[in-house]
Formats: sequence, C-alpha cells, structure tokens
Amino acid sequence: MDGIHDLGGMQGFGAVEPPEPGEPPFHEPWEGRIFAMGALCQTRLTGANLDAFRHAIDRTPPEEYLALPYFNRWLRMAETLLTETGVLSPGAIDARVRRRLGESVEEPPVPEPNRPDYKATGPGSLRQVDDPPKFAPGNRVRTVDVHSAGHTRLPRYARRRQGRVTHVRPAMVLPDTNAHFVAENPQHVYTVSFDSSELWGPEAEPCTISLDLYESYLEAV
Amino acid sequence: MATRTETFSPAQRTEALEDILTERGLVDPKVLAGLIKNFEENVGPMNGARVVAHAWVDPDFRARLLADGTAASAELGYKGAQGECIVALENTPTVHNVVVCTLCSCYPWPLLGLPPSWYKDPAYRARAVREPRKVLAEFGLQLGDGVEIRVWDSTAEVRYLVLPQRPAGTEGLSEEELAALVTRDAMVGIATVATPGS
Repeated sequence: MDGIHDLGGMQGFGAVEPPEPGEPPFHEPWEGRIFAMGALCQTRLTGANLDAFRHAIDRTPPEEYLALPYFNRWLRMAETLLTETGVLSPGAIDARVRRRLGESVEEPPVPEPNRPDYKATGPGSLRQVDDPPKFAPGNRVRTVDVHSAGHTRLPRYARRRQGRVTHVRPAMVLPDTNAHFVAENPQHVYTVSFDSSELWGPEAEPCTISLDLYESYLEAV
Repeated sequence: MATRTETFSPAQRTEALEDILTERGLVDPKVLAGLIKNFEENVGPMNGARVVAHAWVDPDFRARLLADGTAASAELGYKGAQGECIVALENTPTVHNVVVCTLCSCYPWPLLGLPPSWYKDPAYRARAVREPRKVLAEFGLQLGDGVEIRVWDSTAEVRYLVLPQRPAGTEGLSEEELAALVTRDAMVGIATVATPGS
C-alpha cells in the first residue's frame, strides 16, 4: 500500500526532533493503556498477527498519522482490527465516549464475531525454509516493482533499484500475504545494500542504505 | 481528500475502549498494568547498554555479538518480541552505522525498550535514508569526511543494535561504569559515547 506510512525519502518535514534525555516509554497514561491493549489486539483479542497489525497502522488516515501523537496510530489500529474481526461495531468507541460524558446515546450492538480462519504455524516471524536461498552475498539484485493495495515491506523509494546482497538472514513469514491471512509463505530474507546515488541520483550524499528484503522482492541482475 | 474531524481526544477514546473491553471481560486492567510496568521498569536502553559494555570489556563476547547478536544478547537474558533476529553493527573510526525504520518504527525492544519520539517522527524516518550526514549534524554529531555512513532501514524482522566505539580515557572503568556511559541515542547511531567529563 502506497500510504502515508511509507515515508522514506519524503521531503518537507523540516528539522528532526531533538532527543529528550531519559525519555520515558509513555508520556501520558493513555499511551501506556493503548500500547497494552494494542499488544493484546495483535493476536488474543482479534486472531490477527503482527503483519495485520502493521497494515492496520498503515491505514491510519494520513492527516491523523501526521498530526496526532504517535500512540493515536495504535488506537486507530486497535479500532480497525477490533471492528474488522467483529469484536466492536463501527462507532462503538465514540458512542462510549459520549455516554461517559453524560450524553444519552444508544451504543451499537455487539457484532457477530468475524475472526480470521487462520493460524500461525509457529511463534514469531522466523520459519525454516527447505529450499536453498536463491541469492548469496555479493550477488547483484534488482527490486521488483509492486503497487499492491495491500501490505508490503518494500518501500517506494527502493523499488526497481539495483543493489548488492550483503547478508542472508533467517527465513521469515512474508508480510504481504500474512497480513491478509492468505498464507505465511515464509521466504529467505536478504540484507541488500544500495548506493545512495542509485536511490537519490548523482547529487546524493555519499552513503550506503541497506534494507532487509524478502526473496520475492528481488530479481537477479 | 475527505476530511475527518477528530471529535474526541485519543485519551478519551482510549479510556472508552478500555471501558468496553473490560466490561465485556476481554481485557483485565491488571494485565494491562503489568504490560505497562514491564516497559517502564525492566525493558529499556539500560539492557542494550549492558550488552555494549560487556562487548567492550570481553573480546570473546564482542566476537560472539558481532557473529550472532540474537544468541549473544540471550546470554545476558535479553530476548523476546521484536528481538527474534538481532544484528550488532560495529562502529569504527572509519565506519558509522545508523538505524531507522522508514515504514513504521521497528526497534530492538528487548535491548532498547520502546523507541523514543525522535525515532518515530516523520522527519527522521523520511530523511535518515536520504541525507543522513545532515540529519546526524542536526542531532549534534559531526562526522569527518573520511567516515563512511551506513544506514540500515529495518524493513523486515531483523533488529539492529549499533555497537558504539568505546571512548578514550575509560580504561580504568568497571563494566557497570561503562554501561552508565552508553546512551540510547548512541545505540541507534545518532550519537557517539563521550569520554566522561568531556
């Protein structure tokens, strides 16, 4: 999905935010509460998974993504996953806010459960893959061109670009299919190093940028 | 673009959500409190700092950390969610590593806890892969022209820990004293570890 979350290389954001020494994980109580509920939403409350969780965050409305505090994305994610899996009805949260403020509002009924018919084949995201890795360190590769409306971890800025494999990592569940409860489709993952000029043109600051890319994101050059 | 008006604050909506889920027996406020407390007290950059300090004083551990960051971190008890595949990146006088997640805010939780605001901020996520030298300078880190910058975008489940250079003048310090010098920012790569008193 070419959403607001895919920020790599975008311009116009201005200066970086100065670090706050000793910054705590949560600045306000609600941030901790939504973090904890969000963690439970990932699997226990909804039957979703880490990739579905990220895809739900990616679908935060762009203006909210940029304007509201970071943990608002977790709130949106929780609401999205809980609504899609039939735990909450749309509008249930706002109705409850109004009731807590003393308004007499009818709350929507609890919907029919709609948990995905999908089970992880193991804990976490790492899996064993029997096929040998297609690429080895030193290989030149080109990233594919994808424009899926669904989840992907191949950022826009690194599509159709040439790089060099530097490491073969453990095989992992493919987010593109796992996020949509289609299949885990585990694949070898490669760290691929790109020269900055390949990504940003000849005037780019000299440096290398490495991404961890699933095998199906890559073609041999 | 369809505009949405955020009628209620995230705090109000979070409280309402907890209210509903608790009433229906789907979450237990005590379980939520336990999860929060764990990240407030046990999981944070002090863990990564212990790994770094241990690598500075024990060359064998340093070699194991660079060869297999997951196993070496687990030796000190650090493993779990968002730490399934930990890779340590060694800074040297000629190579500086810096870590970002352009797509969300992936971060090595068991070693560093939850990410700080600057790491989650769009400006850092957008710019770190495009003009890292300028970004580091804004954070106050001026790197010499001879230093090669390597940026690592955490796009899969690999989680990176920068192993900063041990500062000069710390030969007499204990491992615990060394760990106290190591900052979160240095372990992500937007700072170096300073000699104490400098």
